[in-house]
Amino acid sequence: MSDILLEMKNIIKEFPGVKALDGVSLKVKEGEIHALCGENGAGKSTLMKVLSGVYPHGTYSGEILFNGDACAFKTIKDSEQLGIVIIHQELALVPYLSIAENIFLGNEQSRRGIINWHQTTIKTKELLKKVGLKENPDTKVGDIGVGKQQLVEIAKALSKNAKLLILDEPTASLNEKDSENLLQLMLEFKKQGISSIIISHKLNEIEKVADSITILRDGQSVETLSMKDSEVNEDRIIKGMVGRDLTHRYPDRRPNIRQTIFEVKKWNVHHPLHAHRKVIDEVDLHVRSGEIVGIAGLMGAGRTELAMSLFGKSYGKKISGQTFLRGEEVVLDGVDKAIGHGLAYVSEDRKDSGLILMEDIKTNISLASLKQICSRFVVNKNKEVQVAEEYRRKLNIKTPSVYQKAGLLSGGNQQKIVLSKWILSNPELLILDEPTRGIDVGAKYEIYTIIDELAQQGKGILMISSELPELLGMCDRIYVMNEGRITGEVTREEASQEVLMRYMTKRKESDHHAKSAGITEKAR
Amino acid sequence: MQSQLELPKKQDKQQELSVGQVIRNNMRQYTMIVTLTVIMLLFQLLTDGLLLKPLNITNLILQNAHILVLAIGMVLVIITGHIDLSVGSVAAFVGAVSGIMIINHNVPTFLAIIISLLLGAVIGAWQGFWVAYVKIPAFIVTLAGMLIFRGLTMVALEGKSIAPYPDAFQSMSAGFIPDWLGGGSLHVTTMVIGFVLSLLYVFNEWKARNNQLSYGFDLQPAGLFIAKLAVIFIVLNLFAYVLATYEGIPNILVILGVLVLLYSFVTNQTTAGRHIYAIGGNEKAAQLSGIKTKKVTFWVFVNMGVLSALSGLLFAARLNAATPKAGNLFELDAIAACFIGGASAYGGIGTVAGAIIGGLVMGIMNNGMSLLGVGIDWQQGIKGFVLLAAVALDIYNKNKAA
Repeated sequence: MSDILLEMKNIIKEFPGVKALDGVSLKVKEGEIHALCGENGAGKSTLMKVLSGVYPHGTYSGEILFNGDACAFKTIKDSEQLGIVIIHQELALVPYLSIAENIFLGNEQSRRGIINWHQTTIKTKELLKKVGLKENPDTKVGDIGVGKQQLVEIAKALSKNAKLLILDEPTASLNEKDSENLLQLMLEFKKQGISSIIISHKLNEIEKVADSITILRDGQSVETLSMKDSEVNEDRIIKGMVGRDLTHRYPDRRPNIRQTIFEVKKWNVHHPLHAHRKVIDEVDLHVRSGEIVGIAGLMGAGRTELAMSLFGKSYGKKISGQTFLRGEEVVLDGVDKAIGHGLAYVSEDRKDSGLILMEDIKTNISLASLKQICSRFVVNKNKEVQVAEEYRRKLNIKTPSVYQKAGLLSGGNQQKIVLSKWILSNPELLILDEPTRGIDVGAKYEIYTIIDELAQQGKGILMISSELPELLGMCDRIYVMNEGRITGEVTREEASQEVLMRYMTKRKESDHHAKSAGITEKAR
Repeated sequence: MQSQLELPKKQDKQQELSVGQVIRNNMRQYTMIVTLTVIMLLFQLLTDGLLLKPLNITNLILQNAHILVLAIGMVLVIITGHIDLSVGSVAAFVGAVSGIMIINHNVPTFLAIIISLLLGAVIGAWQGFWVAYVKIPAFIVTLAGMLIFRGLTMVALEGKSIAPYPDAFQSMSAGFIPDWLGGGSLHVTTMVIGFVLSLLYVFNEWKARNNQLSYGFDLQPAGLFIAKLAVIFIVLNLFAYVLATYEGIPNILVILGVLVLLYSFVTNQTTAGRHIYAIGGNEKAAQLSGIKTKKVTFWVFVNMGVLSALSGLLFAARLNAATPKAGNLFELDAIAACFIGGASAYGGIGTVAGAIIGGLVMGIMNNGMSLLGVGIDWQQGIKGFVLLAAVALDIYNKNKAA
């Protein structure tokens, strides 16, 4: 059994009131990339915490064999000693420390407590080379992008002589290009004999790199599939995850597009801190009633900045340009005015800027529409509960009651609360920024259905997404942004991943070239 | 789909929540009330019944009112996620200015009070400006304010106390409402007011319950509801009776009562209250929901300034002097009251009622320990432990719930 690197047998982990893991088994072969799939709450992260010693030996039942030896990890240090290194979804880097300091944090190159900076720098340089990151070891981690930070995390893992890397949603916050880099790196490690376990919602990535897949559902390991099997594809994996066939990943849209409701002309925005830097450059766009319009672009293309600057100028400085609602020019100076004119913005990060996690569901839902449930300035709490109940039913928010704290719900249900909040404000234009980020497949479909229904009701939808399949599946028209400009506009019929990608990377200097290249490519 | 099964059952009949559910939902409030009751009973026993004597209850109110006034303002500041360290100094400064106006320059009392409160508002606006618009952490702004206004107090008073205030001013903190209805040893007006208020309370609760009924919501069990009403009805009347056997309702209790009702209403029932909680809970989300976060924060500090001024006036009236030492450590008592009363240091959580209960816990401990002859030195230390224990218990409960 030498080719089995890790074996977890019949792991059971209970929390008060819930069985998070109920007899999970997992086998990872030497030198393979093993994917772990399952909906949110299926037990993936819990399993990895058991493996890495976050939940110490004794708090769970079952066996862990690494290289054939039984393991009883008491702390993370124990598992790291054997070369099992976990990289969490939320990066654990200190932004104010340098790359080198971060890599050797807790593992300082020192003698009797005195740090050997020379050795630290040399080793860091070696590690950065391995992960293909060209940065000075003294650069502060806060000054580099998320994609590079992820690489620093991996370099940190390598510094611990990792034999088994565990990556929890490594590409969740990366753009396509950085994701691609990361996946290549995993394949590179595989060649060097380092095995990896990857947890990801992005099935296309898993399909690309994984050798085998273990699917978890409701705390149980359902099956292990080999990717060499030709029958294994995305649909097959989804079927395993949700336990039924999911024939449609997107609702069947029958768009009923009418007159223009929202239009932007010559929109310019400057960076709030560096006023000379133009973040949005001469953007023109329009959205029609009943239409779902997508905005594609790489991270940093200016999509969120555009959305937030339109939504009551809540981002940026020196904003210029015109906005029109139903043909009439409006000045959206302040979020309250934007809401008053029928705009709604579902933010990219619901925990950070969408929800008040410590407040209950009803308070969150009513927050942007207090006027509706008030007589003068007194809140009618009964009406508030009634309204919240109505949305709980309509959007199928799974919760025992609307008095539940928003922070206790799953990502999908939290997103439904945010959507409820903005639907209640009765907008004409909804700007949705990454509406399905971090949400599992089943709940995604529900969110799509809600979006489709809103469009059917004649609302205009502006949808920002980093997941191209989602844009292709949902949108009637897609604008593509790069470097703060709109570099392309494609209809549903013309759109494909390749076309979008090309516009996403189109630069200002090579405007003409790219355009002609685009046409020839398309013709082909 | 599994979710289909979970659709809420049609509410064809009125449902009542179980007693356990109700207690669980209001765990925090109940723990605080229980804590207050236990401490009261403890000292009642230790002092052989001195604590709840009419004279002492009246004293308790007179001694703590200025802290409770501060605690009301402070809890709003803490809910928005800030802190105000300057309230003691501001109280002292406003007290000093009122003294100079009334005693040295014979400004009419009423006018002087209005000017003092306005001065408080201006000071609050000054601090609110730096916190809300310039975004300097409140800790720093108000630490500076603490030094600035303490300094100004000493400058204004030239290091000396001034006294005495006219009777009208003193009566704010030392007077009692007159007994219009006459009566010998018992203050009849107090009894009547107590009775009327308790009736109003019962009527209000009953109306609210009926309202919920008309919306078809789950109700508290009728038994529990009636029991709660009965307890509060009895306690209110008993309290009025105790006060009536001494001198009746102190003027300061009227001020305090109005403030508590007003601020409870604002925080619980109005959009302004919602905005305050939302800012403390998640400022970005609040801002993106159309709440003018800067403006709200600014006004919370203005409000704190006004209440600090009021506190300063009440304290000066009780002491019958404006002194440079006034208001020393008031800020810490007020902040402690809020945290004992369940406010969160991270913002977003806290209630006016909680802050008042917290203030009463501190006040009763001060008073009780003094009655027992515990020295000031030990009192400080014990209060420190109580603050720590209260917050630790709160966090323990929260972790258990999550």
